[in-house]
Amino acid sequence: MNESISIPRDIAGERKVIGSRHQRSIIYLDNVTVDFDGFKALNQLNLIVDYHELRVVIGPNGAGKSTLLDVISGKVQPASGRVVFGQATDLIGLRENQIAALGIGRKFQTPSVYTTLPVWDNLDLSLHRKNKGFVATLLSKLNSEESDKIAQTLEAIGLTKKARVLAGQLSHGEKQWLEIGMVLLQDPELLLIDEPVAGMTEQETEKTGELLKSLTDKHSLIVIEHDMEFVRQIAKMVTVLHEGTVLCEGFVEDIQNDPRVIEIYLGRQKEADAPV
Amino acid sequence: MTPERSITSRLTAVAAHAGAGPAFWIVGAILFAGVPLLNALPADSFFHVSDFTLNLLGKFFAFAILALGIDLIWGYTGVLSLGHGVFFGLGAYAMGMHLMLGIGTEGVYGNALPDFMVWNQVEELPWFWKPFYSLPFSLAAIVLVPMAAAAIFGYFVFRSRIRGVYFSIITQALALVAWLVFNRNETNLGGTNGLTDFKHIQGFSLNDPSTQLVMYMVTILFLGLAYALCRWITQSRAGRVLIAIRDCEQRVFFSGYSPANYKLFVFVISAGLAGLAGALYVPQVGIITPNQIGVLPSIEMVIWVAVGGRGTLSGAIIGAAGVNFMRSTLTNHFPELWPFFLGGLFIAVVMFFPKGIVGLLRKASAMLPSRKSKVENAAATD
Repeated sequence: MNESISIPRDIAGERKVIGSRHQRSIIYLDNVTVDFDGFKALNQLNLIVDYHELRVVIGPNGAGKSTLLDVISGKVQPASGRVVFGQATDLIGLRENQIAALGIGRKFQTPSVYTTLPVWDNLDLSLHRKNKGFVATLLSKLNSEESDKIAQTLEAIGLTKKARVLAGQLSHGEKQWLEIGMVLLQDPELLLIDEPVAGMTEQETEKTGELLKSLTDKHSLIVIEHDMEFVRQIAKMVTVLHEGTVLCEGFVEDIQNDPRVIEIYLGRQKEADAPV
Repeated sequence: MTPERSITSRLTAVAAHAGAGPAFWIVGAILFAGVPLLNALPADSFFHVSDFTLNLLGKFFAFAILALGIDLIWGYTGVLSLGHGVFFGLGAYAMGMHLMLGIGTEGVYGNALPDFMVWNQVEELPWFWKPFYSLPFSLAAIVLVPMAAAAIFGYFVFRSRIRGVYFSIITQALALVAWLVFNRNETNLGGTNGLTDFKHIQGFSLNDPSTQLVMYMVTILFLGLAYALCRWITQSRAGRVLIAIRDCEQRVFFSGYSPANYKLFVFVISAGLAGLAGALYVPQVGIITPNQIGVLPSIEMVIWVAVGGRGTLSGAIIGAAGVNFMRSTLTNHFPELWPFFLGGLFIAVVMFFPKGIVGLLRKASAMLPSRKSKVENAAATD
């Protein structure tokens, strides 16, 4: 336990460097601890992601990867620590929809789309609008600017021809893309993406990777992934989580050869490989 | 390509908002004018609709208004309320109190107080009864009291993110509580016997067939309005958010909507419709008792919608009218069989036709290739 909490020296050095760049971070987690009845899903975790960065977070099962996204998106409230979005927006205490309105979009691990609505309507509902209250939505009409945006997103996720198909009838991969499209239409500054290629074919995986890489022009991304080949395809910077805290952080090549990373993966190979 | 799409989508949106298709007007005209005309035929005519039947139909269609409300919150939003009998009851009792005070000194005891109060030795009209002398107040209370009750109850329940079966259980508890409270003589709402022996409404005798005919037509009118309201909601973007909440509430949350607010709005609207239904029910049936608003009736109301086809507005109306028609017919001949029949019907719906009668009809007509386009139209206009 002690071993996992103590931060390795090179990481401490890294933190110092990043510390001087605070002003430019899109998201900054400062000493965040999440306590589930004594089990510390996150343990004094520190994480900084810069604007236009695509950060991949890896780690064995139970390392706290999904909890990390839960904390940022407001699904779970930390016991202690700070979560700062952009320059100075404290996210602690905000509800999911408020955080979404601030510009943080989340894509879930299992495809979360509206199965009995057409693809077009799935995207339409996800569009960023100033007021998403009941009455405003009841009276709202689609304007041409909005429908252009939807059409562009359909193009980007490759579902233009399926705009009128019910989302429930899409293939698994198409559902995942649809959800990415839905998150994109929220106009988020930061995208949280949980295992985007789980269950995808090789081709679909590659296409998804290209899609995610293309997003860094306009957005920052945190991607959780198990599939190391996919990680190599998309990642520059990788953060390794272990037992609720950052084990190490660095370029993908260095991370892969880091003996500690190899140990936690090989040492717990069975669980790491288990289907989620 | 894109501007074209935006124009067509805007056009369809406008068309959808403009109101219902021809079927709405045809069925509406038949119910509103056609049935009363048949009622005017000589009694020995084959097509004659008796006063009794007309009165029954009025009751069925009052229930249909309530069913529309349940469909909004359950069929569209996926929130199963087992307590709508309470909101129905609040509307019904509000109307019943007004009619009760209208009896005046014509009661059995010749007292200005309602008979049951004289019987219970209540000397003075309780404070909350007094405003019900006023017709405008009573008419407002019919919808506003259930809506307020739903707003308060819903606010706490939805804020606490109580959903699924837990929500259903809590609403069922609400129905039980209401039943217990209305049953007590101390509540001064007539106890077990409820409110009854109404004489007239605004000077017109409730025993007069022409008064009942007007009540029937008023019911159809409100059914039409309720349908238009529900249609407007379900065809709007807010209506699609409701379906989205049913499909994947988590995603709705993370898309920046507050599902709790949407559920609250719809719950309150559906409570208002239930209250309206109760108020139309009372003058046509002539009695309201706690047994008509408790747990069992609340469950039955849900079954109407399930049988008709949840998530379709026409299904709610067909289900409410159809199941109650079967109930009247069956209880006439085999009263003891009805609970078994209702239970069996519900099981059959769940197991064999989960989309209800409307779903069956659509499936059947989809099998006929020549009518395929018609089915698609029906699906689009519903």
